Amino acid sequence: MSSSFPSVSALTLLPFVGGIAVLLLGRAGRPAARLTAVIFATAAVAYTLLLWSRFQPALPGMQMQEMHPWEPAIGLAYHVGLDGLSLLMLAVSSIVVLMAMGASWSNPKQGPAYFCLLLFLETGLFGTFTALNFLHWFLFWELSLIPAFFMIRLWGGPGRARAATQFFVYTMVGSITLLLAFLALFLASGSFDFVELTQMAQTGQLAAAIGQNLHWHQWDSGHITMFLFCGAFLGFAVKTPVVPFHGWLASAYSEAAPETTMALTGALSKMGVYGFLRILLPIFPEQMWRARTVLLWLAIATIVLPAFTAWAQTDLKRMFAYSSINHLGYCLLGIVAVTGSTGAEASQVSAKAAALTGVMLQLFSHAITAAALFWFVALLARRSGRVTGLNDFGGLRRAMPVFSGLMGITLFASLGLPGLIGFPGEFLIFKGVFPLDWWAAALALLGLLMTAVFLLTLVQRVFSGPLRERWAAMTDLTLAERCMLAPPIVVMFAVGLYPQVISGMVHGAVTQFVGLVRY
Amino acid sequence: MLAWTIYLSLIGAVAVTLTPEKSPVVARLTALLTTIAGLGIAIAAVAHEPSGQMTTIVRVPWMPRLGIEYHLAADGISLVLVLLTGIAAVAGVLFSWNVERRVKDFFALYLLLIGAVYGVFLSFDLFLLFVFYELAIIPKYFLIAIWGSTRREYAAMKLVLYSFAGSALVLAGMVAAYVVSGERTLSLETLAHFPFPAHFQMWAFPLVFVGFAVLAGMWPFHTWAPTGHAAAPTAASMLLAGVVMKLGAYGCLRVAMMLFPRGLDPWGFHVLGFGSWQEVFAALAVIGIVYGASIALVQKDLKFVVGYSSVSHMGFVLLGLMTLNQIGLSGAVYQMFSHGIIAGLLFAVVGRMVYDRTHTRDLGELSRIPLGRLIPFAAVTFVLAFMASIGLPGFSGFIAELEVLIGSWRAFPWMAWIAGLGILIGIAFSWRALQATFFGEPTTTPEQVLPPITLPERLGACLLLASTIVLGLYPRVLMNLILPSLNGPLFEQLRRGDWR
Amino acid sequence: MTGSGYFALLRLTEPEIIVALTGLLVLVLDLSFLRRTSLAIRFRGTVVASSIGCAVALGALERLPAQGSWLAGMLVVNPLTQLVQAALLVLAILILLLVDSARFTTHVGEYCALMLFATTAMMLLVSTQNLLVIFITIEFLSLSLYILTAFDKQSRQSAEAGLKYFLFGGMSAGILLFGMSLLYGISGSLSLGEIAVAVNRSPGDPLLTLAVVMVVTGFGFKIAAAPFHMWAPEVYQGAPTWSASLVASSSKVASFFALFVFFYVGLMGAVGSAARGNYSIGWAPLIAIVAVVSMLWGNLAAIAQTSFRRVLAYSAIGHAGYMLIALVAHSRQSFVSLVYYVITYALATVGAFGVLAALEDEKVDSIADFRGLSKRAPDLSFCLLIFLLSLAGIPPLAGFFGKFYVFVSALEVADHSGLLWLVLLALAMSVVSFYYYLKVLKQAYVLEPAAGAAAIHVRATTRIALWVTAALVVLLGCFPDLLLDRIATALH
Repeated sequence: MSSSFPSVSALTLLPFVGGIAVLLLGRAGRPAARLTAVIFATAAVAYTLLLWSRFQPALPGMQMQEMHPWEPAIGLAYHVGLDGLSLLMLAVSSIVVLMAMGASWSNPKQGPAYFCLLLFLETGLFGTFTALNFLHWFLFWELSLIPAFFMIRLWGGPGRARAATQFFVYTMVGSITLLLAFLALFLASGSFDFVELTQMAQTGQLAAAIGQNLHWHQWDSGHITMFLFCGAFLGFAVKTPVVPFHGWLASAYSEAAPETTMALTGALSKMGVYGFLRILLPIFPEQMWRARTVLLWLAIATIVLPAFTAWAQTDLKRMFAYSSINHLGYCLLGIVAVTGSTGAEASQVSAKAAALTGVMLQLFSHAITAAALFWFVALLARRSGRVTGLNDFGGLRRAMPVFSGLMGITLFASLGLPGLIGFPGEFLIFKGVFPLDWWAAALALLGLLMTAVFLLTLVQRVFSGPLRERWAAMTDLTLAERCMLAPPIVVMFAVGLYPQVISGMVHGAVTQFVGLVRY
Repeated sequence: MLAWTIYLSLIGAVAVTLTPEKSPVVARLTALLTTIAGLGIAIAAVAHEPSGQMTTIVRVPWMPRLGIEYHLAADGISLVLVLLTGIAAVAGVLFSWNVERRVKDFFALYLLLIGAVYGVFLSFDLFLLFVFYELAIIPKYFLIAIWGSTRREYAAMKLVLYSFAGSALVLAGMVAAYVVSGERTLSLETLAHFPFPAHFQMWAFPLVFVGFAVLAGMWPFHTWAPTGHAAAPTAASMLLAGVVMKLGAYGCLRVAMMLFPRGLDPWGFHVLGFGSWQEVFAALAVIGIVYGASIALVQKDLKFVVGYSSVSHMGFVLLGLMTLNQIGLSGAVYQMFSHGIIAGLLFAVVGRMVYDRTHTRDLGELSRIPLGRLIPFAAVTFVLAFMASIGLPGFSGFIAELEVLIGSWRAFPWMAWIAGLGILIGIAFSWRALQATFFGEPTTTPEQVLPPITLPERLGACLLLASTIVLGLYPRVLMNLILPSLNGPLFEQLRRGDWR
Repeated sequence: MTGSGYFALLRLTEPEIIVALTGLLVLVLDLSFLRRTSLAIRFRGTVVASSIGCAVALGALERLPAQGSWLAGMLVVNPLTQLVQAALLVLAILILLLVDSARFTTHVGEYCALMLFATTAMMLLVSTQNLLVIFITIEFLSLSLYILTAFDKQSRQSAEAGLKYFLFGGMSAGILLFGMSLLYGISGSLSLGEIAVAVNRSPGDPLLTLAVVMVVTGFGFKIAAAPFHMWAPEVYQGAPTWSASLVASSSKVASFFALFVFFYVGLMGAVGSAARGNYSIGWAPLIAIVAVVSMLWGNLAAIAQTSFRRVLAYSAIGHAGYMLIALVAHSRQSFVSLVYYVITYALATVGAFGVLAALEDEKVDSIADFRGLSKRAPDLSFCLLIFLLSLAGIPPLAGFFGKFYVFVSALEVADHSGLLWLVLLALAMSVVSFYYYLKVLKQAYVLEPAAGAAAIHVRATTRIALWVTAALVVLLGCFPDLLLDRIATALH
């Protein structure tokens, strides 16, 4: 369904315009800048909700599409559209960015330039999540790197230089392999369009085209496609990140200012999983199936190993960083499990649907909770003079009851306590994966267990126990902070109790993705 | 109308010498006006004639006895490069605003060089093209030798001798073509359609191609480039790397490939695994890409980093040319334009913004000066230039490298991977340079004050940035010119089976 | 107009006679009327008189009949010889205008007279196809040049140069005469036309081979081709600047022309071929070898020189090599190219020596003395730029087109790639030559003047002469047809 008003493009441009406005108004001082920024971010959230209301979940295919030729000679076209997944991502990005702004509101070091970069980042995110032509998508994918890089580099902690460099280099390497793989696809199929390529992959045309047009050293088309899949996979594996390509994440998340990490973990990390769903699954379903075992083991590694590593950490930020990887591992598990078979029996289908719905829910939930967790870390750091060690605190419950309460809720949400936002997602993933790959689900439980262990350890060390002298005078959350934190907490309960809100939105997309697993 | 780009530049050169000695501002303004006029004409031509077909501007007999004509014409590819020259010329003048010594001579030589470059891109008679090509050599020498920096006399002499040697090879090929065709003409059109014997083309092609490729910085004849660019004053480096190297690439396409396309056919036998000149030069191009990037990675002098990066980027141009398919060739021309702008930008930042203020180009020393804080405009410009030079989407370099990669993938798949590797190394060294220059960890030196970025510098930077961004987001402008030319009658003999 | 009477001879040699008479007149003028005046006025007066004489001779040249021959080839008048003679006269005028600033001798009249006599000799040399007359005029020319070389009695170098020139010249004249006598022996005639007939009959005659080798040696000395060039560096450096310019320019024009005519008219039967893949024995390969040696020796030796005059000398040897390529090609077109090349080369050389002459007071000899010339004398250095770039072969100057046309004509002979090897070598040497010319220009333009170096005052006549020469070089480079057409039509 094409609409006459380019709503998606408008949404994408909105934060960019906001960024420019912030830069210009920034000369008038920080308050003006941050106010403008927040206005634009709120507008973005509102607009997203508006699009949500106009969105029809039951309809298959992309909605609100806009298609304009851009440079036909190289297959570049301006093609954007929404389906349930994109809408979910848009919602996630806009909410997380607003939360990040809330966190930076009272941090004097983060001035107009910071808000501007945050808004540019939002544009990059919106663009990535709505683009349907590879080159167009790649443009936004790369462009979102830049604000993130600078936000880490300029406002981070002492090790920020190295962290930012690592972040940049890892992502770039992945991007190059991704680009090369897609160039080859373009050569074979003549198209960069995701919708078209999905179509071709589904009907087997793509395999035929590859066999016909790419002649490399007498490889057969299956091998070539696997090679291309590996290249593309690498790009997303770095971004998600999948163990063992996760080396950049811990330093980046911990060296960056916590407010920045909110955006990184809440929104940027979703780009990787989005790529799996939007690109890898529809276009390379057979390759994913063939590489299943490897992928499953990688997913399990991504779930279990970081959980153990998180337990061993002594810095809060690093702990949450590894926990982040762990949570996204569940998403990966769900996606890979879905490629298990092409069976069309009801139980299989419902398992897959459950898994994918769980993935989507998990994406949403992780975004909110992880962002919130880092928000709390930011607040704590501000009060403690940038001390964020696990063992530095104790008995904070007594000094800052409200803070502890809210953070506790968030931690449990992150853990997956029923009634909170984390539960539906993880539950559905396990519900879906067990019938499909029971051993993987069983091993993944280990990760769940470890998460519980370290989160509870955290609660115990930080909140309970004797209160130290130096923290006795810590002030609890101010009214402003409480007001700003309230909405995410409410959401955590609301979606936890009533997940249909989200699953309803993505229902159509999930069905579609399940249907795409055909080879 | 386009011919006036040449004439105005030459008249401007003369006019500058007549300006009063005491007020260099007059000389600068004259130069600026002349270059702006040239750019205006170029833009008007691009806007007015977007179909890219070859149109003759002037054609009069010059030496009827030999069949040599004064033939100026433009097709899409010429227009693209004329536009590049216009932009680079204006930017160069803006970035040379601070030249204090022998100002008149500087701008006179500068405009002479610009005029000659316009001449090469607009000539459609081989003799005339050669005249302009050689004419460009002398101003280059003096610009570097008089106003340059490190080892300028040696660098200037090396650069000029290499150029001259390359053009000697071209002259040999040119004379041979003239004689063998027996047509008593050196018109590019006629010669392009003339069926030279295959065995003649087999040696004439590499002769002329190498002759031009020397100026394009093809490995292993590239050694003049880093020394020359590093020694040259900012505007000269901008022109040298930005435009003059493109003269070589243009010559490769317009003369070597257009006139002797059969020279690229397979030989029928293999030497060291190569079966045709196409493979040989593609391999040399790819070596240039990786080698240039690798050497840039270990340089300690910032300007040498940029100099070697030029060699690397020109490797993309040559690779694109050797793919012999539509997308690769159009990528090569696009990269000529894109790199021209980006090289100009990089040299402007490194030479004018950084070196003129800090008087050092050593990466170690630079990382101790908090340049990011002192000259933020330069930092932002360099970041954007860095993004452009690594081929980030949104800038013109991405489109160009994309096309070259696609074209190369079609023609020699494994070279595409090596080129990709080159891009990665490119990211590495660009990053290292950026890091050291603007984001180093400054030691506790007394607070330095550097002169702020002046208005001409800002204007120049904005012009170049705007060009690369506009053409990164809206490649249609140039593609509309390039593609019809490549599909036109002049390149008929070059198009082969898998032309796409 | 053919004839054999003296009247016919006088008619046909009107220009030469005028020049010779001017020479005598100038002698008289200087020895009588101008005796008491200052040196400057004497020079100026004699120069004016000589120039007028040459101009009148030019006029007389116009009025000559288009074709004429006296005594079956002893004197030949055709449009081509007239063209070359005109060129010689123009060169003479230009050199004379530069002589205007000379100070080195008090024998003004003798000096100008000798210049004019040398010019006469050259004019006669180009309009004959008779062995004996060739020899006589060459000797006439050489003797004048020897004296002109040694003219500066205050300078040891001048005397040494003159002596060397004389000794070398005498020896090579002897060899040339011997060669000519062998040719006479083979053919029984002194006329080149009849010698050609005899050569055609027996091209493999060993005597002929010996004769050819000797003739090449003799002429080789005149044109300063390696390995017969030993005199050139000394003469270029030691002789007074104006004499050197005459040696370097006009005498080259005349000698090359005579050389080409000699071989083209007289010895085509034994030509052979130097084309790769089509090699056959004859004088063409021999000339090719001389050309190669000249190009290599001249250009490579020039790199190491520190004296500008010696650079010019060795580069002259190199240029002789390029011009000999035209002879190797031995075609109509290559003859045209040779004439064009040598005339424009002579112009550029006159210009270069002219600049030296203008700097005479500065005692400029080494390249380093040119330092900062662009500041001290902008006119001079710009003219120098034009002349040196023309010699290097940069378009759009005349030197480039000369080289281009020589290469075209060399490749246009039957098997197109036959002489390619020579052309490639010439191109390679051109690159080398660019280096040493650029060294001088670097001194002039790039470097600042030495401390305490003042601006140089250039006389008006010198300035005019140099600008005219420079303008000609540029004009003939941009519109070579002006000269080329004339040569080509004259050849038919």
